[in-house]
Amino acid sequence: MSTTVETRDTVEALSVEKYKYGFTTEIAMEEFPKGLNEEIVRLISAKKGEPDWLLAWRLKAFALWQKLEEPHWARVEHPPIAYDELYYYAAPAAPTPKSLDEVNPALLNMYEKLGIPLNERAALAGVAVDAVFDSVSVATTFRETLAKSGVIFCPISEAVREHPELVHKYLGSVVPYGDNYFAALNSAVFSDGSFVYIPKGVRCPMELSTYFRINARNTGQFERTLIIAEEGASVSYLEGCTAPMRDENQLHAAVVELVAMDEAKIKYSTVQNWYPGDADGKGGIYNFVTKRGACRGRNSKISWTQVETGSAITWKYPSCILQGDGSVGEFYSVAMTHNHQQADTGTKMIHIGKNTTSTIISKGISAGHSNNTYRGLVKIMPNASGARNYTQCDSLLIGDQCGAHTVPYIESRNASAKVEHEATTSKIAEDQLFYCRSRGLSEEDAVGLIVNGFCKDVLKELPMEFAVEAQKLLAVSLEGSVG
Amino acid sequence: MLEIKNLSARIGDKEILRGVNLSVPDGEIHAIMGPNGAGKSTLSYVLSGREGYEVTGGEAIYNGQDILALTPEARAAAGIFLAFQYPVELPGVGNANFLRTALNAVRRARGEAELDAVAFLKLARTALKNLSMQDDMLKRNVNVGFSGGEKKRNEVLQMALLRPGLAILDETDSGLDIDALKIVAEGVNALRSPVFSALVITHYQRLLDYIVPDRVHVLAAGKIVRSGGPELALELEARGYAGLEAA
Repeated sequence: MSTTVETRDTVEALSVEKYKYGFTTEIAMEEFPKGLNEEIVRLISAKKGEPDWLLAWRLKAFALWQKLEEPHWARVEHPPIAYDELYYYAAPAAPTPKSLDEVNPALLNMYEKLGIPLNERAALAGVAVDAVFDSVSVATTFRETLAKSGVIFCPISEAVREHPELVHKYLGSVVPYGDNYFAALNSAVFSDGSFVYIPKGVRCPMELSTYFRINARNTGQFERTLIIAEEGASVSYLEGCTAPMRDENQLHAAVVELVAMDEAKIKYSTVQNWYPGDADGKGGIYNFVTKRGACRGRNSKISWTQVETGSAITWKYPSCILQGDGSVGEFYSVAMTHNHQQADTGTKMIHIGKNTTSTIISKGISAGHSNNTYRGLVKIMPNASGARNYTQCDSLLIGDQCGAHTVPYIESRNASAKVEHEATTSKIAEDQLFYCRSRGLSEEDAVGLIVNGFCKDVLKELPMEFAVEAQKLLAVSLEGSVG
Repeated sequence: MLEIKNLSARIGDKEILRGVNLSVPDGEIHAIMGPNGAGKSTLSYVLSGREGYEVTGGEAIYNGQDILALTPEARAAAGIFLAFQYPVELPGVGNANFLRTALNAVRRARGEAELDAVAFLKLARTALKNLSMQDDMLKRNVNVGFSGGEKKRNEVLQMALLRPGLAILDETDSGLDIDALKIVAEGVNALRSPVFSALVITHYQRLLDYIVPDRVHVLAAGKIVRSGGPELALELEARGYAGLEAA
């Protein structure tokens, strides 16, 4: 019908503006020369005043990275990445701020635009925020409140200086520097990220949150996050990501490591909204990320929840190593692709301990010309008697130019294990759309409602205040997808 | 006031409506009866704007506005409501959320203030009570796992909340037991007012015992072939539709 075409055209005209985080912040930057060599690695380490062991670790990672090949097994396509054209370090050109008052007002203004409650008085939501701008951590709120309960929440560069024994003990213990190509790159050049330590028996009194922002042109962002929950500790952590609209592709290769000891619980939520590129697939972030959690203690639990709507390419598999007996791994994922976006995402659940359980709920939504792949591995090791896994992968297609792919791997070496896998693929039905519209909902609102219903099992796992944000994000990201 | 003039429509190459003429003044309820395949459901879809139905001639004017040019949502905003013969399931979408989103969309389009969650719940609970429905109806997902009767009652609940100027009920009585039928009928009767009109599409006379129509029309082979008062329904019940096409 012509009205549908009209709606689509109008929305497409608007969709250029729809990425509301696409602004840049004008601020004097300190950048190292572009390109990557040993000298740059040494410069980054020296800039951070790092101890020798960390420099040595970075150099080993760099030496290995030079020998590794970029992986190409994922169902994504991109032109070769010119690693020599990237800047590996960019930071606002000012001394590291000691308190919020010393932070550049232009930066504070930017975080306000992003809706981040950086100012403590505005942080009524009770969320402690660490903000990473290009390569450095700019400010961490609520530190004193957290310190009272013994919780450490600070930039990882600072943790290297203030708590070297903890960083030394755990850095690279879940994701070794040679784990994969992008992890090796990150280990060599990571410039900042967040560090969280929850001591024994402490329930972190508030949600912790990090906002990552890529601002500078041609800059890669390589942040490194390390979260440790000691025996009986628990923490809920959320990261959000945005970037300006730029015609060229930008590289984001992060590493996240989680460690949960006996009875510890870590809930890690991501709302990823990096710039996805324009409607023709020009520009956007390459999001090549390694995330892994180790359930080292008995009855420990690590839960990943991710809502992925941004990035030109997403390549990430937040995983759990279920080592402690009775440990629990969870992966709840919504991955939405539109226009020419590509996502290859999923999880790995490695069952090592006895009576370990894992749950995987994956919801993929493809629209436009996009491709969306779920890739997952459930591995039951010989000693993991009584292990259980339940996997559900649902794909929703919007339009007839997009693709949904499901690639589950299951390896069971223990006869007592129970592994279940369910998968569905569906399209938004014409009768569902018409039903909603006949009740007064616009076509876009109807799609948003149906998609949010499709994702409900995952969205309900998000902390309340972010669930609302994620719902809006899903609706906005789908603009122009119907018709 | 709904005025349908010489309306023709087809699906693909198949002519379904072949020049329908019909006027429904405000405040009146008209029944449309007819044999299977006569075009009853097509008429309801064409009036509410479903895709796949091509209007090949004629017009449908509601309150002075040519509704055939409008999107389904614009028709809803103009006050037209279709109660579906087969209400659609929306997995994961809570009924309360759906109803409030729909109500606020329509209110917005009419220039009325949107309702917050508290005001909406109050309104919805009253509507539920009037329809002898349980509050848990609001918590369930839209039509998912509903019995046939619950689905139809949910349609009437939506109608009660959206307060349309023109309701089209497409075989709302099909699959209903007598108790559910009464509740549905009471829901429609409660809306009766000088500014409300309805087209009640039905196969059987039974529903019209409870929703007494001002006029009854017989649709056969894509045309209105007879019109009369409520007694026409009784006559059809006794004699059937045979021979009406020629009338």
